[in-house]
Amino acid sequence: MEILNLEGTEDTPKIILDQGNGIFEISGRSLPEDSAEFYQPVLDWISEYSNSPNPSTEFTFKLEYFNTASSKLILDVLSALEDIDGMSIMWYFHEDDEDMEEAGEEFSELVEIPFEFKTY
Amino acid sequence: MKYIFDLHKTMLDNHLILVYEGEFTQEITKSVLAMAERNMDSSGEESSIKRKVFNVMVECLQNIVKHANDVQNNHSAIFMVGKQEDEYLVVSGNSIEKAGIDDLKEKLDQINSLDRDGLKTLYKDIIKNTEISDKGGAGLGFVDMARKSGNALEYEFSPIDDKTSFFCLKSSISRV
Repeated sequence: MEILNLEGTEDTPKIILDQGNGIFEISGRSLPEDSAEFYQPVLDWISEYSNSPNPSTEFTFKLEYFNTASSKLILDVLSALEDIDGMSIMWYFHEDDEDMEEAGEEFSELVEIPFEFKTY
Repeated sequence: MKYIFDLHKTMLDNHLILVYEGEFTQEITKSVLAMAERNMDSSGEESSIKRKVFNVMVECLQNIVKHANDVQNNHSAIFMVGKQEDEYLVVSGNSIEKAGIDDLKEKLDQINSLDRDGLKTLYKDIIKNTEISDKGGAGLGFVDMARKSGNALEYEFSPIDDKTSFFCLKSSISRV
């Protein structure tokens, strides 16, 4: 299926969703003015991917910062991923960023997907 | 021209490193954030403190942007960042309809009555059950500001006329 590739900006994250190469990653900063509009293509992509996913999918979040409106949409993304077999989440946080670590833990408590935590 | 000197002195006396007064948009938000970030970078602020200040600033600024059109003919607001020896202050002031004061007060008092774990529970509760509003908010901004700053949100309402009040909000982020 088609690759979703969005360059990061000062208020939106970099996104690569590439089934063929097995790359699924959201990274950088997320504080768009309209988070629902920004994440809609991601939700659409995942919904199509869920029809014929890879046997296993490692979805990476490597966020430096996200605002509260984005956190709601990240939960929506995770909820969409929850229904896909073989899904796992790689949650990266900067080694001295306890808030980002805690945010990942909270998301992991809200959805039924295995999370792995890594520092960068 | 004396007011220029007075304003300058007021800013120094209150240790304000940034003041913006005017209309608020996403573009202005980005510029204000970039200025405050540069200031903290050049003073060599610790990255964990910088992140918390950035976080509180974003929620505060985007709150103002979202509610800028709530009050007719009065879209101007103020945003300030102060840097004291032991803490950063993120302060905003904007006009709101008097009719909304009670709800706002209730929300802020509830947040201020909770400890760290209580705020975490409230946050998870809201994020699970909320839908993004037509203004683009998740209803999590104040909770997040209280969590990231680690301090109560101070607020005050000053009447402007019989329909509107000026809503001042102050968060402090400890530097130690």
